[in-house]
Formats: sequence, C-alpha cells, structure tokens
Amino acid sequence: MVKLSQTDYEKMVAHAESELPDEACGLIAGRIDGDDKIIEKVYLLTNIDHSNEHFSLDPKEQLAAVKDMRANGLKPLGNWHSHPESPSRPSEEDKRLAYDSSASYLILSLMDRENPVLNSFHIEGDVSEKEEFYVG
Amino acid sequence: MKITVAGVVKEVKDNITISELIAQENVETPEYVTVSVNDEFAKSADFETQQLKDGDNVEFLYFMGGGQ
Repeated sequence: MVKLSQTDYEKMVAHAESELPDEACGLIAGRIDGDDKIIEKVYLLTNIDHSNEHFSLDPKEQLAAVKDMRANGLKPLGNWHSHPESPSRPSEEDKRLAYDSSASYLILSLMDRENPVLNSFHIEGDVSEKEEFYVG
Repeated sequence: MKITVAGVVKEVKDNITISELIAQENVETPEYVTVSVNDEFAKSADFETQQLKDGDNVEFLYFMGGGQ
C-alpha cells in the first residue's frame, strides 16, 4: 500500500490548483516498510513544459530534491503530476515515459475541481495497475 | 582516482569519461539520463569525451515527464 498524509495530499492539491491551467508535477520520497511505501515528503517542482497536456520536471530542482532526500535519509519513491482535464489514470505518454517499474506514479485529476481524485499506479511497459492507496 | 557518484565515494580509473562511468555503473535506460558534474549539467553530446577529475561529484538524474 502507498500511504500519503492528509497534509501532503492537501499540499499537492493546492499546488496543482495554483498551476492551472498547466499540469503540476513533483517527486515523492519516504520509506519502505514491508509492502508499504510511506510517503514522508512531497516535492513540488516546476513543470518546465508549462503545458496543460505535458509535464517535464525541472532538472535543477530534481537534483536539489534528490540531494534533500539523501540528506534526510529518504528514499525516492516516485513522482506525481496532475491531469487538469482528464481522469486519474496514466496516459499513453505517461506509460511510455515511466521507465522505472519500482516507482509509484501518482496522478491527481482536477477534472472535477470540487472533487480532486488522486491514485497511485505501478507502471511496467505499457501496462499500468492501480496500487492500494491511502490518504490520512 | 576517487569520485562521488550519487553520494557514494568510488574508485574509478583516471580520466574516466561520462559514457564509461554510465556503462560501469550499469545505468539503466541511459537515453533518459541527465548527468550533473559538480552541479553542472553535462551535455549528452559530450558524454563520450567529457572526462571526470579526481574529487568530482556526479549525479544521474532520470528524465521524468508525461502528459494527460
């Protein structure tokens, strides 16, 4: 199961809303406890594509985040991005660019602005599976 | 010589190139990897020729992107 705190969930949603109409993105880090991935820090990064259909993490911010994870003993667990106008599921492009099958890919849909939907996916090749996900 | 790779100090051959280091470290899907040396991003076109120096700090960053 992938676990995210309510505080970090709200931080993620607030950032994604602030980036509209563009996609928002970032990294997740934390620890692995048995079969559980515990997200302990959510990184809010710049989408250098500045697009409502694509995202690319800013490499400089990515580098800073990786160093911060290492300094704080956190393990990189994956990334997250928003879908401003589509459901919380990986697009073909998301799957094509998800080369790390050990990562969790969180997708936040803001299609229904009043009811954001966040899911976590395991992606391997062109196959994606929804992971057990808990916010609280 | 010694360099630091992803926070770990490693002994490597003198004047190793970035391409050689990528191969030595068994970096997966290197086409998606950005390399920083002492916080400066190396151009992928220079990977074959850019040599590392003793004490360099190297990070491999995977491109992360997608789209809805």
